[in-house]
Amino acid sequence: MTFTDAEITAILLSLRIALVATLASIPFAIAVAWLLARRDFWGKAVLNGLVHLPLVLPPVVTGYLLLITFGRRGPVGEMLEACCGVVLSFRWTGAALAAAIMAFPLTVRAIRLSMEAVDPRTEAAASTLGASGFLVFLTITLPLSIPGILAGAILGFAKALGEFGATITFVSNIPGETQTIASAIYGYTQSPGGEAGTWRLMIVSIVIAMIALLLSELCARRISRRGLDL
Amino acid sequence: MTTEVSVRHRQGSFIIEADLRLEGLVTALSGPSGAGKTSLLNIIAGLVRPDEGRVVFNGEVWCDTSAGVFVPAHKRRIGYVFQEGRLFPHFNVRRNLMYGRWFRKAREGRIAPQEVIELLGIGHLLERRPGNLSGGEAQRVAIGRALISDPDLLLMDEPLASLDAARRAEILPHIEKLRDRFHLPTIYVSHMREEIERLANEIVTLDAGKVIGKI
Repeated sequence: MTFTDAEITAILLSLRIALVATLASIPFAIAVAWLLARRDFWGKAVLNGLVHLPLVLPPVVTGYLLLITFGRRGPVGEMLEACCGVVLSFRWTGAALAAAIMAFPLTVRAIRLSMEAVDPRTEAAASTLGASGFLVFLTITLPLSIPGILAGAILGFAKALGEFGATITFVSNIPGETQTIASAIYGYTQSPGGEAGTWRLMIVSIVIAMIALLLSELCARRISRRGLDL
Repeated sequence: MTTEVSVRHRQGSFIIEADLRLEGLVTALSGPSGAGKTSLLNIIAGLVRPDEGRVVFNGEVWCDTSAGVFVPAHKRRIGYVFQEGRLFPHFNVRRNLMYGRWFRKAREGRIAPQEVIELLGIGHLLERRPGNLSGGEAQRVAIGRALISDPDLLLMDEPLASLDAARRAEILPHIEKLRDRFHLPTIYVSHMREEIERLANEIVTLDAGKVIGKI
């Protein structure tokens, strides 16, 4: 099985987009998961709804919303370009943003579940020993949620890797810039004689997804066997 | 050392109402289960904010609802031994014991970790994880953890209630030894007559949220 240069570019670009999307969104996902798991505040239901919206909206709607917000004429897009020279639309960074937003609900959900499983009484015990709220989070809640954070990160990575609808709407399908595995497969299916290429990229998708799942299983098993050595 | 507690707090279906001035070295809070003992302890610890009232420890106002003062638990310099231990599962025994020292500066000539570890007989457990401890061992570690944090006031909520009679008889002398060695003001919740008589020199009896006796 030999890949064309364009396919190799698409594979590497997909990995880069998914990796950047996952790493950049993890801190936000942890913060949002903590807010949803541990805090009561005005507008919590709204935040919860906003986070989960990409899960239920048609991806093309999310992509279009991204385009009118982060596009070069969009309010945020214009500001980003004026202040920092950052352009997202039709760039791979925009694809990473779209992937991150589409994966966000899954990541937040996994982290939130593992944070809710941390006994608040253990956190109270830490506070009686002199740890402030933030230090309780850092020394108790966060380390005890690591399995959920890993699971969320891997799930988010897999989702980001496969993201198609929002990405193609927001950043199109430009070879070498925004063409991911998914949009390259789509391109093949739309052109005569693309079957061989479709098969090659499909196999790559399946292999990457399997590796991600095996890795997450391995992490989970390692943690449950040895505990977290901190 | 005095602890003044004068609070009114609705807790579920009943109201806790207490007006107490505790001066003993070890004060026992006794009474049937559901009398509000743990709630009162949590109010003193700062884990529960009372609806109204004041908590003053040695002249230091920890809580005064009319003045809007509330010192959070982590700034009260207390040690709290919970009924169920509540050890940190992701740390070994040594890290659990030293946890309080990460946040509070130890004071010269007070509580030395090594001495606490020896008095409690837990030196051989230091590298173990809480999941691999027996109930009695875990509870001794929990007592050590609270003491090593060098508190001004020790709060103990039925620390022996989850153990069988043999374990209780084994740990009680350790608590006595610690009391005689460190002279730490202690509020000790229990409904066990034997523990109270051996440890306490002041006994407050609660029933249905009200103080019904003080000796």
